[in-house]
Amino acid sequence: MLHDAVLVAGKDLRIEARSRVALWQVVPFAILVLVLLAFAIGPDQASLRHAAPGIFWVALLFSTVLAIQRSVAVESGEGTRDGLRLSGIDPAGIFLGKAAAIGLQLLALQLILWAGVTFLFDVRVHVIWLAVVACLLATVGLACAGVLYGALSAGLRVRDTLLPLLVLPVLAPVLLAGSKVWQAALDGNVSSGTQWLKILVPFAVVYLVVGIVLYGPLQEAA
Amino acid sequence: MTDVSTSNGVAIRTPWRPRWLAVVGIAAVVTTALTVWLGLWVTPPDEVQGNLARLLYIHPAVATVALYWAGGVALLGSLLYLWPRTRAFFWDRLAASAVEVGAVFSALTLVTGSLWGRPVWGVWWTWDARLTSTALLLLLELGYLALRRVPADPQIRARRCAVAAILIAIDVPIVHFSVDWWNTLHQSGTILDPGFNLHVHGSMLWTMLLSFVAFTLIFVWLLAMRYRIEVLQDAVGDQELEVSLSERWNEDAELVGVGGSGGAVDGDEVRGP
Repeated sequence: MLHDAVLVAGKDLRIEARSRVALWQVVPFAILVLVLLAFAIGPDQASLRHAAPGIFWVALLFSTVLAIQRSVAVESGEGTRDGLRLSGIDPAGIFLGKAAAIGLQLLALQLILWAGVTFLFDVRVHVIWLAVVACLLATVGLACAGVLYGALSAGLRVRDTLLPLLVLPVLAPVLLAGSKVWQAALDGNVSSGTQWLKILVPFAVVYLVVGIVLYGPLQEAA
Repeated sequence: MTDVSTSNGVAIRTPWRPRWLAVVGIAAVVTTALTVWLGLWVTPPDEVQGNLARLLYIHPAVATVALYWAGGVALLGSLLYLWPRTRAFFWDRLAASAVEVGAVFSALTLVTGSLWGRPVWGVWWTWDARLTSTALLLLLELGYLALRRVPADPQIRARRCAVAAILIAIDVPIVHFSVDWWNTLHQSGTILDPGFNLHVHGSMLWTMLLSFVAFTLIFVWLLAMRYRIEVLQDAVGDQELEVSLSERWNEDAELVGVGGSGGAVDGDEVRGP
């Protein structure tokens, strides 16, 4: 299963490396969200610094939707999904591979967003390990839930409008917990931050396990 | 059984209308009327909240139906549809009906909560844990209903919706806990506190319990009626397809009868309606 996952992840990442859609569309979009939300809040530096954790996570969530749509789109060509199914690769392997590919892209995106909020809003993270752990856990959760919902909407003509409606309410706990951990990491309040990791851990574990179990039936329905 | 005629004149036989459904409907009307009478005339106003406390006879019952009854039926139906041994369209239709009725009750929960919140908290909306998680539940249900409306092969649609319902059911507790930690303003349990001591007494308690019965009966009746509509919709779809096919065959047959030059149509292959 892990070997299959590596194969699928390698395939998706190679497609991204060659097409550069993530680099030229998803990354600029994430930065655009940072700038637009700053416009909405106003130029007051103190308000922006206060809102920075929320802005970071909202930008990440919206970009995640784009990354999922991209991950579904690379399988939407004529017979591509059938080809993947007929290749004899374990569905759980496909799930893990696609999640790993999205996860790696999201990690790179978070580095850019981190630099963005530092540069634009002048924030400094005091407890770096807390912010990093939150990012890693959220990445697992976002990638796994994203791949599942991507598979749910795959093959539908209306998938581009349906996917955000389906997936964003589901990802809301990541937004809540991620923002709170980041706020705690900015304030140097470790105990409050670790409390919120208790939401991110089950979210990541639940969607990882559910994805491994349900991806097979979902693939048949797509 | 009676016949129903659709807009394009297709006649279909109405399926499944058991007698118990009429009994449930009448019982729902009677218990609701009793709840209204007891709630508005017999029970006294609350010492602290005055007449506002009368929302107690609607809001908790509606919320219970939205979260537990509708959610439970939707999850059960979806699991039983996905389980190969129990796979039947009955479970798919039941789950879809439960989500739709559940969405109505979730919306009602928000509206009645908001009506109570305005005079008590001073605002229509507050970002408290239960309000926010109920709003997210409603959005998740709307997502499911949007997925349900996408045209697809019935089996594929059923499987896709079953997975979506299970994913929603998994998400609801996580949403609830996260929002609960995020901000808590709402009072804890309505009838029993954590020490299981009763807060509501006498006629108010009985009226409130009756409201649970009334709204549960309304839920069962709506669920059954919605299920019936699902069955009818599928029947209409099948029959319309048959009518369209037979019309097409007739056109071909007429072309051949006129001696049309379309040599591609062999008279032996043309089937009658």
